[in-house]
Order: sequence, then C-alpha cells, then structure tokens
Amino acid sequence: MKGLNERKGFDFDYYQRNALLQERGFPSPKATSTGTTIVGVIAKDCIVLGADTRATAGPIIADKNCRKLHLISPNIWCAGAGTAADTEFVTSMISSNVELHSMYVNRKPRVVTSLTMLKQHLFRYQGYIGAYLVLGGYDCKGPHLFTIAAHGSSDKLPYVALGSGSLAAISILETKYKPNLERHEAMELVREAIEAGIFNDLGSGSNCDLVVIDNEKATPYRGYSKPNERAKKEQNYKYERGTTAVLREDIHKFVTVETLDEMEVDV
Amino acid sequence: MATSVTDPLNVDINSIKKGEIRMGTTITALKYNEGVILAADSRTTMGAYIANRVTDKLTQLTDNIWCCRSGSAADTQAVADILKYYLSMYEVQYGITPTVHTAATLASEMCYTNKNMLSAGLIIGGYDEKTGGEVYSIPLGGSLHKQPLAIGGSGSAFIYGFCDANFKENMTKDEAVEFLKFAVALAMERDGSSGGTIRMVILNKEGMERKFFAINTENPIPRFYR
Repeated sequence: MKGLNERKGFDFDYYQRNALLQERGFPSPKATSTGTTIVGVIAKDCIVLGADTRATAGPIIADKNCRKLHLISPNIWCAGAGTAADTEFVTSMISSNVELHSMYVNRKPRVVTSLTMLKQHLFRYQGYIGAYLVLGGYDCKGPHLFTIAAHGSSDKLPYVALGSGSLAAISILETKYKPNLERHEAMELVREAIEAGIFNDLGSGSNCDLVVIDNEKATPYRGYSKPNERAKKEQNYKYERGTTAVLREDIHKFVTVETLDEMEVDV
Repeated sequence: MATSVTDPLNVDINSIKKGEIRMGTTITALKYNEGVILAADSRTTMGAYIANRVTDKLTQLTDNIWCCRSGSAADTQAVADILKYYLSMYEVQYGITPTVHTAATLASEMCYTNKNMLSAGLIIGGYDEKTGGEVYSIPLGGSLHKQPLAIGGSGSAFIYGFCDANFKENMTKDEAVEFLKFAVALAMERDGSSGGTIRMVILNKEGMERKFFAINTENPIPRFYR
C-alpha cells in the first residue's frame, strides 16, 4: 500500500534552510557516531563477537551504554561501527529480509545470505550509508566471520576488529590469537581486545558486550565486563530540609485522575 | 595504483573516496606451456592501515576462468560477483561453458561503460581446451589487452624491468611458478601498498591448483639483497 504523497529519491527540502543556517553561524549537528571498538573471533566450535558501549556526537558522549550487537537472525549477529543510525537501520532491514528469505526457502538462514544482502545494499549507496560491520554466525556450513565496509567490500577472516578502537584491539588479537581456541579462551580474548579499545581510544568506552554463537544457540552477554562503573560518591551532597526557609505554601491541583473501564480490544 | 584518467571538462580531484578500502596490489598472470598461472599479493589497505593482510585477490568466475582484482575492493568485488552471475547465466542459456575471451569481453564492457564510477583493474586468466589458456588485461579505462604476460596494480610499476628481462613464452610449470613468485616478491619488497603473502592459482587441463607462499612456512617468499 503506497502513501498518498509518495516521493522518490533523496529529500532535499531542508538543503536551502541548512545552508542558510550554516551561513549564519549555526553549523549542522554531527551525526551520532559509534566511535567504537568491535571485534569478532572464530573459536574451536563457536564464534564470539564483542563491542564497547559508547556512542558519541562530536566530543559529547550521547549514550554511555548503547547496544552495538544486533541480531540478524537467532544464529547470525552483527556488530556495527560508523554512523549509529545507519548501522541500526541497515542491520534491522537485512534482519527482516533474512527472516522472510528463510521462510521462503524453508531453511535456517546462512551467513553468506546476510553478507550478500548487506554488501549489495551498501555498494548501491556508494559509501554514503556509513555502516562498518562485523558479521558473524554459525550456520549449516559451520562458523563464518566477515567484515563489511561502508563502500560494499567484505573480507572473510578468522579474527577481525573494526571502528576507531580497531588498532588497539587488533594489536591484542594479533598477539594472543591462535586457532582452535576454547569457548572461554575466546571470550576472554575478545574481552581483552575490547578493553584495549575502551582504555586507549577516546571514541570507545564504558562496558564490553559479548555474544557467543554456537551451532545450537546464541548467548548474548550484555555488560560482560564493566570496568568503568561509577564510584560511590565520597561525600553526602544532600542539603537537609530547612536549609531554604519556606515563607508561603500554595497547592493548586491541575491534574484530574479518572478510573475508566478497561478498553476492550478483542470481542 | 596509478592516478585515474582526468577528464579535461570535469576534473576528478578525489578519485580515492574517503574511508574506502583499496587493494594497492601487485597482480600478475601468464600463459605457460600447459595453461595459465595467476599470482597476487595479499594486502588491502584503508589509507595507511592494512585492513586485511591475508586477502585473496584471485577470484573464481567459472570452473576454469579466474580473475585478479586491483583497485577499489568494493568495486572489484561487485564487478566480479556480477561477472560470475553473467557467466553462469551464459552457461545455462547457451549450453556451453563460456570461453575466456567471452569472460574478458564482458568484464571490459562493464568496466568501460561504468568507467566514471569504477576504480577497477582486472586481469582475467583461464584455461580453454582449444587455446591452451589465455590471459587478458583490463586496466582502469576498460580497454581489453590479450597478452602472454600481464601485470597490474601499484606494485607492477616496480617489476616491468624484471619481467621484460626474464619472461619467456612456453615456460614449464615450475619455471613459471618461480618467475611469478620472484616477480610478486620483488614488487612487494618495494611497493608499500603490496605485501603479506603470495597466492597463486594454476589452471590447466587437470583442473585447478592453488599455491600459497608466506614467510616462516615451508613455502617461503624469496628474500633479496637488503
């Protein structure tokens, strides 16, 4: 069903207004970027993806505990770096299409399906959709780990790191990775790699989220490591009642509370 | 990678898109007495960072036709995927396996028609029973060149002399492997955008054989005067 005012192509309506504002000294707001450290590792019989949880808008931290690990299907997860909105929407879109495709072909989804859908979509937009993704999953053909860049290229590797903290993370992976890691070894390696990004990259911080995918299920670990918890305040900064003298008290009620019958949804 | 052709009417200053992943590269292919061999380095860069140090730049298009990719990783992966699709459709529609010439012509048409938007240098190599193997070079503009030896990518600039001095037609398999191994290794030595490991694909009537050379393994990369 199409909307009444369906317009095709990019919407340039605000172009003139934004240009004018910029001229007058109001620069356009920076898109929320995920700064980010994201990492993926293939272990002996599972695959581990990790991410930090800081989202930045320029120099400000927009979200101290955001989720960068997205579900594409129960056996395929994706970590996203780059423009937060782009990673969110592109993974969500491909997740829906993979679910539909899986029902159509009557098979569990494969990682290469989501890889091809993502890279062909991103290539069509020539890099303007700023999504840099680490795609990992366990399907009928085994574990697979891919990186996908915004321009539409992909690489298949046993261990990967992406985002502004990738240099810190990859140095940990290059030092400590070996083939056929045990599940807990791989989780610890990923945690160390993400923490390298958290502590050495300004664009990454807060906690480490993990997801472990094996041939049966995926286990997300939200807040697997929290090395930046806020310390207890050292003093009590509350002012006791009476610090400010009350001269007069007037109470006006502006809200009326009514209890209605329950809304009937089904007959 | 050589700078792109500039149109005098529309100057393209930034042919390298920001944040784009490139395959600086050294890619080579030659025809030897029993077929063809393709060889490439394994480095993909994003600016000064090596995004993948073990890339496989040799992509299979059909059972007996492979291609080497250089330039933009996204562009060449997309072109190779579309080529693979066209060639498998060709086989279904015409009932015969496509020739190397067909694959090369399709590739050059794609590269030429979209030359303004693509940054892709390809070398197509394959084995046909009839011809005994062919190598085609498709540089940036989309032209097609059939050659007994083709080299491409930013690293190729450093080995023109070596190749001109040492290449012979109808080498044996071992001679050809040694020649290409040395050529790619020399280019990797001097070109910052090439490096890592050397991957090779040998195509002949027996089928396909892959070779892999890396330091500290039983198939090391040759070392030179340092």
